[in-house]
Amino acid sequence: MELLSGAEMVVRALRDQGVKYIYGYPGGALLHVYDAIFQQEEVQHVLVRHEQAATHMADAYARATNKAGVALVTSGPGATNAVTGIATAYMDSIPMVVITGQVMSYLIGEDAFQETDMLGISRPIVKHNFSVQRPEDIPAIIKKAFYIAESGRPGPVVVDIPKDMTTPTERYPYEFPASVKMRSYNPISRGHSGQIKKAVDMLLAAKRPVIYAGGGVIMGGASEQLIKLAQTLNYPVTNTLMGLGGYPGTDRQSLGMLGMHGSYEANMAMHHADLILAVGARFDDRVTNATDKFCPTARIVHIDIDPASISKTVEVDVPIVGPAGAVLEEMSELVAAAGTTPDAEAIASWWTQIDEWRGRHGGRFRTDDSEMMKPQQVIEMLSKVTNGDAFVCSDVGQHQMYAAQYYKFNKPNRWINSGGLGTMGFGLPAAMGVKMNFPEADVACVTGEGSIQMNIQELSTCKQYDIPVKVINLNNQSLGMVRQWQDMNYESRHSQSYVKALPDFVKLAEAYGHVGMKVEKYSDLEAAMSEAFSLKDRLVFMDIYVDPHEHVYPMQVPRGSMRDMWLSKTERT
Amino acid sequence: MRHIISVLLENEPGALSRVVGLFSQRQYNIESLTVAATEDPTLSRLTVTTIGNDRVVEQITKQLNKLVDVVKVVDLSEGDHIERELMMIKLKANGQMRAEIKRTCDIFRGQIIDVTPNAYTVQLIGDSSKLDAFIAALGTASIMEVVRSGVSGIARGEKVLSV
Ligand SMILES: Cc1ncc(C[n+]2csc(CCOP(=O)(O)OP(=O)(O)O)c2C)c(N)n1
Ligand SMILES: [Mg+2]
Repeated sequence: MELLSGAEMVVRALRDQGVKYIYGYPGGALLHVYDAIFQQEEVQHVLVRHEQAATHMADAYARATNKAGVALVTSGPGATNAVTGIATAYMDSIPMVVITGQVMSYLIGEDAFQETDMLGISRPIVKHNFSVQRPEDIPAIIKKAFYIAESGRPGPVVVDIPKDMTTPTERYPYEFPASVKMRSYNPISRGHSGQIKKAVDMLLAAKRPVIYAGGGVIMGGASEQLIKLAQTLNYPVTNTLMGLGGYPGTDRQSLGMLGMHGSYEANMAMHHADLILAVGARFDDRVTNATDKFCPTARIVHIDIDPASISKTVEVDVPIVGPAGAVLEEMSELVAAAGTTPDAEAIASWWTQIDEWRGRHGGRFRTDDSEMMKPQQVIEMLSKVTNGDAFVCSDVGQHQMYAAQYYKFNKPNRWINSGGLGTMGFGLPAAMGVKMNFPEADVACVTGEGSIQMNIQELSTCKQYDIPVKVINLNNQSLGMVRQWQDMNYESRHSQSYVKALPDFVKLAEAYGHVGMKVEKYSDLEAAMSEAFSLKDRLVFMDIYVDPHEHVYPMQVPRGSMRDMWLSKTERT
Repeated sequence: MRHIISVLLENEPGALSRVVGLFSQRQYNIESLTVAATEDPTLSRLTVTTIGNDRVVEQITKQLNKLVDVVKVVDLSEGDHIERELMMIKLKANGQMRAEIKRTCDIFRGQIIDVTPNAYTVQLIGDSSKLDAFIAALGTASIMEVVRSGVSGIARGEKVLSV
């Protein structure tokens, strides 16, 4: 057997796991590992400018491919800089392996230079974490880290490696395990047949059904199975913020997003449904509004890989624990084999009702009352210029909601955003992580002048590695989402939500070696954006001035039911 | 309602802090917690008593099961079970009180395990309510120190919690 040092084992195990890129930043505790990286070419390291960006790049790779991304950060400040990125992945159940350097094992606990208790710090925001105690355990730990991160309900895993576990002169036999078996961890591979049968009977008997599909459909690779079941039954589908693209957004059966900023028809349909089939969704408070008023007439079937997500916030009638794809497939088979079909008359009148809601266009923005460009128009243009086929990586704020509402995603894994944690600063590194792995695809970072400045230093990384993403900066000169809440709840006292002294983003982009464009008139937008996307090998930063007074609608009324919504600054349901 | 949850746990570094962290992170209540290795040194057995409604306790067992180090979880209070707790209690014992304490101790089947001219240390084993009752029964005797082990539990009959 080949003898390798711990440092070499780290790199070799990543190679044997099939990893192409790792995103990271060096430091004292990792110098042996970085030296091992230097001496090979198969695993390529991408040097970010801030560790948070490394985690977001790894995370976005995972969101686009359903495979764990890898970040490598040093001990102490390197590790703590990665914390936001780990929490971001955790909240959205994204597989990721974060390798953190640690001080020498014999110094742990002595407040050594750049020592932090990374196991302790990361514990509440990881699926699992490991501390390497013996160099020869490294291959097996890395194998397990990937297995745990990617299987079951995915999530980030931290592997903390004390520096003396990687000493170059100490070599051990290397073997990468072919498989993993753990007595304490056995993710479920299929749902309970009895429960599935019960659910299908309820589905077929429903008169006002809605399929409510979340991020589990995306990360579970269950989009195809969802489309098949929904289309066989001709039932409406609404997606969560995390689930967009799981069902094609331009299809007639799609009601768009539901929840706080969901479409009028999606929220109305949910409220009036008699049966809700929830798939890989977790009844998050941004979806349900007040749980005691949630969908008063509905019986609920809930498919989820994580039993703890079932009946956590909303009590359900039929729980099904299992992978979304396998369960949906089994449901389709039962539907096909069933002697009965849905009540055609009831379903037809349900669709009539839904189409009537849809016709009311509660959430349509208006362009007539202001000279300023509307942010929604920019997203619609982005959709047009990219044929609805781009990877859209978003930051957090109003622009994120506009992107979710107005870019119609027809494929899974194309909408990349921080839903659960809502991490400003996610967008640019996420777009970079996607673009590096899909060099041919159009990759847009939809952002705001607030969010982009949280990781703007990564423009430098883009230069170094030639990562030609398109930055679509919806510049409303304010922390728009904060401002909107202040307008609605604090009599427009704009406490700290106005961004003074904005940089000249065009010059800034140019300073980093990229192309900058400023767009102030809607009439210039299409030409400018088309040009930006035609510059295939250049990063283009589009600084687009939009109406600072615009609000995101619909917006659910706090503590109300699903159907209680503001539809504009003046209309309420 | 009070529940006694038994957990079989990998004896790994950090495993206990994951369990304890879960309880504080999710605002679950811990009344008592005991943990020690089993006959198999790679496994620890942990008993936690908690108070919560059915929904909360269901979440607790589900969340515990999700921890990668947790091998098995059972809510002992769902079936017949035995619970025991050990208490050592140091009491001021002089004059008349010496006989008085001794009598109470006998009634509760406690043992005096250490004696000085002015103090008794009593050991008592039972379920938690028995230990509470003993403290109440001491009446005017003055308590210097109480040490309770927390609850350990096991199912009745042949049912076992094992890998
Ligand atoms: C790291 C972080 N800090 C604070 C917030 C709270 N927050 C949510 S949206 C928002 C404003 C975002 O401003 P901008 O990026 O300009 O987007 P806009 O809403 O104007 O489109 C803030 C401060 C957050 N989500 N993340
Ligand atoms: Mg803004």
